[in-house]
Amino acid sequence: MKDTTGYLDMELLRFSTAGSVDDGKSTLIGRLLYDSKSIFEDQLQAVKDASKRLGGEEVNLALLTDGLRAEREQGITIDVAYRYFATPKRKFIIADTPGHIEYTRNMVTGASTADVAIILIDARNGIIEQSKRHSYIASLLQIPNVVVAVNKMDLVDFDETVFNAIVTEYKTIAETLKLKNVIYIPISARDGDNVVDRSSKTPWYNGETLLHLLETLPVRVDENNLPARFPVQFVIRPHSDKFHDYRGYAGRISGGSFKVGDEVTVLPSNTQSKIIAIDEGLKSVTEAYTPQSVTIRLADNVDVSRGDMIVKTDIHKPTVSANVSLLVCWLNHRPLNVGGKYIIRHTTDETRAVIKDVHFKVNINTLENILDDKTVNMNDIAHITLKTMKPLKFDSYQENRTTGSLVIIDEATHETVGAGMIVHDLEDQSFSI
Amino acid sequence: MQEKLTHLKELESESIFILREVAAQFEKPALLFSGGKDSIVMAYLAYKAFYPAPIPFPFVHIDTGHNFDETLTYRDELVKKLGAELIVGSVQESIDSGRAVEEKGFNASRNKLQTITLLDTLEKYKFDAALGGARRDEEKARAKERFFSHRDEFGQWDPKNQRPELWNIFNGKKHLGEHFRVFPISNWTEMDVWQYILQENIPLPSLYYTHEREVFNRDCQWYAALDAIPRRPTEEVVVKKVRCRTIGDITCTGLSLSTANSLEDIIDEIASSRITERGGRTDDKRSESAMEDRKKEGYF
Ligand SMILES: Nc1nc2c(ncn2[C@@H]2O[C@H](COP(=O)(O)OP(=O)(O)O)[C@@H](O)[C@H]2O)c(=O)[nH]1
Repeated sequence: MKDTTGYLDMELLRFSTAGSVDDGKSTLIGRLLYDSKSIFEDQLQAVKDASKRLGGEEVNLALLTDGLRAEREQGITIDVAYRYFATPKRKFIIADTPGHIEYTRNMVTGASTADVAIILIDARNGIIEQSKRHSYIASLLQIPNVVVAVNKMDLVDFDETVFNAIVTEYKTIAETLKLKNVIYIPISARDGDNVVDRSSKTPWYNGETLLHLLETLPVRVDENNLPARFPVQFVIRPHSDKFHDYRGYAGRISGGSFKVGDEVTVLPSNTQSKIIAIDEGLKSVTEAYTPQSVTIRLADNVDVSRGDMIVKTDIHKPTVSANVSLLVCWLNHRPLNVGGKYIIRHTTDETRAVIKDVHFKVNINTLENILDDKTVNMNDIAHITLKTMKPLKFDSYQENRTTGSLVIIDEATHETVGAGMIVHDLEDQSFSI
Repeated sequence: MQEKLTHLKELESESIFILREVAAQFEKPALLFSGGKDSIVMAYLAYKAFYPAPIPFPFVHIDTGHNFDETLTYRDELVKKLGAELIVGSVQESIDSGRAVEEKGFNASRNKLQTITLLDTLEKYKFDAALGGARRDEEKARAKERFFSHRDEFGQWDPKNQRPELWNIFNGKKHLGEHFRVFPISNWTEMDVWQYILQENIPLPSLYYTHEREVFNRDCQWYAALDAIPRRPTEEVVVKKVRCRTIGDITCTGLSLSTANSLEDIIDEIASSRITERGGRTDDKRSESAMEDRKKEGYF
């Protein structure tokens, strides 16, 4: 009998995959699912049948994740698909996005929650324009770890010099983009070399296999050292005899941690109070951490509502301002309207805003700033400023991915049209190569 | 220093966040309760999310009339225990009133008719968000489903017009007459659900554990030998030790041969299982793109 309880304390890791068409992304995902035994027989049989139908002898692992390919051929939605697998150490969520130029918005979506970005590079082609674009997105979305998987090593005879040349070239990109933690792995997704098991064909490679790396990379270690942030989501008032005076502020901790007894400030009103209890489901705890969903009770009967933010009093406070400067990835067919009004959602807060200015667009292939063309179309990334009707309470995206991000919603169609990453000063984010 | 957040804690925290977003963003949400283990987990998550206040939305059960008796008993007890309100939408009524037409033949199922009753029920009570227990790992077509899934005024899902969902920001804005389906446990797998049931000690209908039952085999799948499923003369009734891996309407709930009689046994069984849970659901087998078709029509 297996040790069932062992499975109860796995960690969760979210990663995104990026690569150009035919770099082997589907094959790699299929390989990870297959080798970790996350594929069921009925699924495998379907893939075997399909492989045969398409004239292949071997099982084509790429077909396992082929929801997207079918769509591509039919010319319909190309989108982010989520896939799941687990090993005894971790549960993984893969955000799988197609790598076409038109789909920057999908990559941004997939990258927004990722702890790790896997960037695939075809060993034969080396670093191409698309690899740079994927790296820029990993940097823009502040993905803490980037794995550069040099694939199809079998087609270059597992040649160390080919791998090293790619590593050397990529290092300059990583530096320019200020990528945080970059790891390089030579793999063959088709044959499995260095994916799950160490390859005998790369004796010159001393690093980890891809799966081992994914199982052991520290996840979100810094989150609890961030200044404590608690966007209020919902006010819980039972109005029952038993809980007559109960008034709790429900939400998800978005940075740092809170303890019973902490002195806190409620923003934007600047009211001070103290935490008297932290409830998590049916029980009370003394301390809670990012990203737990809890309910906080305060000593004083202060006026707190959805959209407010509770922060610790003695720490670095978020900026409270109606003028927001951000990098935006535009998601909609209708271009950004300068001077136009939009709805902004930021944490649990919502307000209206007017777009003040477009400062520059980023050419994500050359990473140069474009100053003369300020039309922001779908898939464009631009630096803009906006003014909100009521002040937001925010950090820069660099400091905190939750309190530093927002989405822009069209007032008429209610579609989500823009994804914004708040910047404090432009220097942080203007890259050039 | 704190202990590492486990995957179950993190999934729970995410789901509770979404349940609270729904309560905050919508005027009249409802939780679709099918009696299956996923919706049982959802019910418990909702209880936790708003405790000590009552769950701020009712449970809606779309009753095909073809239930295992136990499902209904369990449902009624659960609703009482959690202090929730229950609304039942009846497929039989939809048939009687001519809104739905019963399928004929041996493979007849009311599963498809549920969509009509569901949409009628949502409209009748003016629900603007329906919480469902679907998971992205269940089926290819669900892999790209959003947490907040927008439906037009006909209740239809338009795969080409889904709103991008970034970070943990959920956009539930809608026009009059439109509504949302929301899937708080999207990121859970079948294994996560079972592990959570074990961790939280959630009582389940005994159908999930091994029991002796009169069954018959059709297309390599075992079904309960009950009146709701007409049998062909060649389909012989035998007694087997079986359990349900997922429970829905009787006509599409496949039973697996199993001797698992505890949650630990079930988890072991799933860990070594080589067939997906939906592999046992007839409704998905009807055609390759079965699920996608039903989704477009407004199925859960
Ligand atoms: N020789 C070799 N071929 C590979 C490898 N990985 C993928 N391929 C092949 O490259 C082609 C494209 O792979 P696929 O996974 O569909 O690429 P995607 O477009 O990035 O998803 C397929 O024919 C794969 O069999 C590899 O490591 N070595």
